[in-house]
Amino acid sequence: MITLKVNGTTHDIDADPATPLLYVLRNDLALNGAKYGCGLGQCGACTVQVDGQAVFSCITPILLVQNKNVRTLEGLGTLERPGALQQAFIDEQAAQCGFCIPGMIMRAQVLLEKNPAPTDDEIREHLNVNLCRCGTHMRILRAVHRAAKILAANGSSRS
Amino acid sequence: MRFAAALCVAALSVAGVIYFVTARNVAAAPEVPAAFNPNAVKAGATLANVGNCASCHTRPGGKTFAGGRALPTPFGTIYSTNITPDPDTGIGRWSADEFRRAMQEGVGRDGRQLYPAFPYDHYTRVTNDDVDAIYAYLMTREPVRNEPTQNRVLVARPLVGMWKALYFKPGPLAPDPSQDAQWNRGRYLVEGLGHCGACHTPRNGLGAEEPEHAFAGGVAEGWTAPALNAQSPAPRPWTVEQLTTYLSTGFDAEHGAAAGVMAPVTENLARVPNADVRAIAVYIASQMRGSRAERFAASSPPVAAATATVADDAIADASPAIDARDGAAIYATACAGCHERARRGIPLALSTTLTDVTPTNFIRITLDGIAPREGAKGGIMPAFRGALDDAQMVALVDYLRARVANASAWPNVEREVAKARVESTQEKS
Repeated sequence: MITLKVNGTTHDIDADPATPLLYVLRNDLALNGAKYGCGLGQCGACTVQVDGQAVFSCITPILLVQNKNVRTLEGLGTLERPGALQQAFIDEQAAQCGFCIPGMIMRAQVLLEKNPAPTDDEIREHLNVNLCRCGTHMRILRAVHRAAKILAANGSSRS
Repeated sequence: MRFAAALCVAALSVAGVIYFVTARNVAAAPEVPAAFNPNAVKAGATLANVGNCASCHTRPGGKTFAGGRALPTPFGTIYSTNITPDPDTGIGRWSADEFRRAMQEGVGRDGRQLYPAFPYDHYTRVTNDDVDAIYAYLMTREPVRNEPTQNRVLVARPLVGMWKALYFKPGPLAPDPSQDAQWNRGRYLVEGLGHCGACHTPRNGLGAEEPEHAFAGGVAEGWTAPALNAQSPAPRPWTVEQLTTYLSTGFDAEHGAAAGVMAPVTENLARVPNADVRAIAVYIASQMRGSRAERFAASSPPVAAATATVADDAIADASPAIDARDGAAIYATACAGCHERARRGIPLALSTTLTDVTPTNFIRITLDGIAPREGAKGGIMPAFRGALDDAQMVALVDYLRARVANASAWPNVEREVAKARVESTQEKS
């Protein structure tokens, strides 16, 4: 048994310690926000937060994240009450096919927690690891800026 | 008659003005782009790639050759200069002679001593023709107006004069008649423009390379530059063929990918004619003669698959209790997926990072991965910075050092991990 803390809830998972975190999130916990893209840590669609840092869940065995705090897209808000980044991505209509967006949002979340008012260049640099093939990059940039403003207005960098 | 005299005076004045303007132009802008021989410009482009000029003289995200890149040294931080032909902030007003003096003697246009972070201790070996070609190439680039940040160095420039008196040996190297032309060409490129020793040779307390320890390994901007002499830590000996491939593509299947500050070197060498890269390989291979790997390879038959079965051992080594701080378990679950059984990653038993004198490169590559520069080709590895905490990183390093490299433990792995974590983050911001 491996103990995982995901979005504040503790789960005991009966799986091989080498199982990628992504498989457990999607198949065992029905948290389908994080996506399987390349399976090689090269596209970023599977990005989640582990202890506040961005991690490719597709190449991270659950052994490594035992007892660490895992946060997925679902941890940022709900359909009824979306988090600041989720709301901003909706407002800017930053998704086209949407496959990359959960990873984009989770990596942007890491950035905003460290840097509440990033510049265009800082957002580009930080999100460089995540690929989007639809080409909604300009909207994603706008969405991250918008989320930064929402968070500043709320007086907190946490959503 | 008076008309003729006036005409004469006018003609003389015009001539005078023309002379004055021409003389001023020669002083102000030593040569105009059209005056450069296109062949020299082309040769200069190749030579600038051998010299890796763009890597230091370009700020991340900045215009090529416009300078401003921070170079950390034990004596402070030096910001590279603008070597585009901009007249005010670059080298636009430099004459060919002044450029030659900077390259070969380490003296600036204004006569001040240049800090040897600019490797003129190597460039002094470069022929006048080659220096002139680089000058022709740089002076025909687009001028970029950029005043680099002021240096933050603890050493006053006049002291560099004393440093030079002690350590600077100016002038070309005489060819070694006991070696063939290819080896001598390689030596010329390596010891001169290539300035390989600037990173791969250890430096003394005053920052000068130690000639008695040539290529014995050094440091480069937070990375370890492995020894390129008989102390080479490479588990397999480097052949000339492999070195040529590695230097011109950034990857060799028996040794791995160029990473850190070596990656841009190989990107630049990819644009250098193969004959010159091969000459470099011939000379470097000759330096590594007698290495441990060579002696080992000579004394035992080649074992092709001996390196590819760490994972089974690791699974056996892993503690039966699920322990997230167990190096064997970490390797078996996080690394083996790529680094075993001829999958994408190279077998770690071939990696110099585990046999070298410090764990620095292994830690930095594991934390930050390997990513080719935007638009460039090269090896890839994802970053594990967020997935591995410090204790897991230390456990992994200790396990692989003992099990795969079969070597005594590195001291201070904890400190190295903490340092790499901070330094790499700073570089990114």
